[in-house]
Amino acid sequence: MNRLVPFEWTAALRFLGEGRMQTAFILGGVTIGVAVIVFMSAMLAGLQANFIRRVLTSQPQIQLLPPDEVARPLRDQPGVIEGALVQKPTQRILSIDQWQSIAAAMRARPDVVVVAPTASGSALAVRGDASRSISVTGMEPEQYFRIVRVPDYVVAGTARLGTDDIMIGTELAKDLGAGVGDKLNVTTANGGGRILTITGIFDFGNKAANARNTYVALRTAQSLLNLIGGATTIDMTVTDTYAADTIARDIAAVVPVEADSWITTNAQFFTAVRAQQTSNTMIRLFVGISVAFGIAAVLVVSVIQRSKDIGILRAMGTTRGRILRIFLIQGGVLGFAGSVLGSAFGAGALILWHRLFRQVDGSELFPLVLEPGLFVAAAAVATLTGVIAGLAPALRAASIDPVEAIRG
Amino acid sequence: MADVLALEAIRKSYAVGTPVETEVLHGIDLTVCAGEFVALIGPSGSGKSTLLNIVGLLDSPTSGRLVIDGTDTTRLDDAVRTRLRGHAIGFVFQYHYLISAFTAVENVMMPMLVDRGHADRQMERRADDLLDWVGLSRWRDNRATNMSGGQQQRVAVARALAMDPALVLADEPTGNLDTASAEGVFSLLRRINRERGTTFVVVTHNMALAERCDRIVELVDGRINAERAGRTHEPGAA
Repeated sequence: MNRLVPFEWTAALRFLGEGRMQTAFILGGVTIGVAVIVFMSAMLAGLQANFIRRVLTSQPQIQLLPPDEVARPLRDQPGVIEGALVQKPTQRILSIDQWQSIAAAMRARPDVVVVAPTASGSALAVRGDASRSISVTGMEPEQYFRIVRVPDYVVAGTARLGTDDIMIGTELAKDLGAGVGDKLNVTTANGGGRILTITGIFDFGNKAANARNTYVALRTAQSLLNLIGGATTIDMTVTDTYAADTIARDIAAVVPVEADSWITTNAQFFTAVRAQQTSNTMIRLFVGISVAFGIAAVLVVSVIQRSKDIGILRAMGTTRGRILRIFLIQGGVLGFAGSVLGSAFGAGALILWHRLFRQVDGSELFPLVLEPGLFVAAAAVATLTGVIAGLAPALRAASIDPVEAIRG
Repeated sequence: MADVLALEAIRKSYAVGTPVETEVLHGIDLTVCAGEFVALIGPSGSGKSTLLNIVGLLDSPTSGRLVIDGTDTTRLDDAVRTRLRGHAIGFVFQYHYLISAFTAVENVMMPMLVDRGHADRQMERRADDLLDWVGLSRWRDNRATNMSGGQQQRVAVARALAMDPALVLADEPTGNLDTASAEGVFSLLRRINRERGTTFVVVTHNMALAERCDRIVELVDGRINAERAGRTHEPGAA
């Protein structure tokens, strides 16, 4: 007998060891439960991180826009409107008023990381007999590429943008039969037109974006869209991605612009994430409850089987508190051992899944996220669940009357 | 010689305060001196086991005074009673009640483990000495399930002596054994009493064994019916 191990621990481990079959079955149950939780949590964390990374690297976290133009009804005198109908005005491409000072104010905010003014609008890309309508985004690459990681998606050429350069998507390149170094005639509705050279072709993994999105230098877009010195949006990233909505509201309250956060523009995505998190939490909760019931059931049986042992221990001077601890320890040990085995199985299954199931192009379906915190949390929660599950049987054991137990 | 055990007007009732209240012990007065070997006899239902449970602090009397090894137990709380039980009293039951998850030597160490919280070398030495005393050194590492009934009961006797108690209570210690094993276990108890001076109160139905005790107390219907000295001279007794 180990001299360093307290009596309660020795008794708890011996009791578990003696009921080998029972212990093995419940340990198997706890292991499977923890493995499911670890596998699901890690996989969902990976999928979620992947989605968020894709969303956040292809759009700004906050976008400032000029406010919509509104028609004011003519008034004859205070309270009397002259026209019966007020027609909604068309929304022209307008520059944000005083965008330079607004951009400077944004850069001064501690919660803002990158600020990139852009000039965006529609245009027509013509090459030979083929023409396609496109969306032109003019920007300063050194700032904008820190927000939208276009260079990460370049599949041909480079992410270089001079005043006569353009970057287009793979779909547009295919439609126009163009490649890196080819020239495109880009014209806009207000008469602007430029011959631009394709310097890079990107693939966002989204057919519509690859067909429509194009990138040029800010000055080139200003010239094309007849917005000399103007900027139609100010794109930004912030320090706390998930606080983007609050920061956007804060900005809109003090600056005469509309401020949209990525959370608002991707409301559906967030609903899906939230639904996924809720279902994951529910699954974890029910798995946890069934594990707890399993441990409690085994310990209740153990208390009944060991009532004579408990009676004799009480007769020998064992306190109720010590009997209680013996069974709580058993619950905790089952939970902890199950969590260690379950974490190993869950992680192993996730690694196997990650290797076997790939995207069509062979890239990973989701990044493998195995945070040590997840395993520590699984061990802590499983141990605590075991102890709580052991409480009812332990209280029952502690309340056993030695006379009754010995008499049988 | 000093009294190890003193009972004054001990009464025990069940279902107290209800229409079916039943008194099973009707004012028991009894003293047992240090070193005495007392047999408690009586027919089934006479209250022997109830009395033994009260003396062993496993049960409480409804009224009366119980003094064990100089300690009045009347107003002790559960924790103190449990501690006193562990230190002053050893138990030998009809069925050995060894804990099957532990070996013979660990079972003998059990009362000391319960008292001190963890094992130590001195504890192990004492358990080995006691196993030697009951002639089971060779079986020290055997589990209870790998020993005969007589061997298990002898381990239980060694366990009862682990804390060097003032009093050992034995409830039908030979009741579940064959004649040869029963003789072996009873002789062992008698030898312990003689050589170590341990006080024994033994409940038995076996009159031949009861006659080999120093004193016989007969309980009938919850009252002491008769008290007399044992008749048979124990071989080797003083």
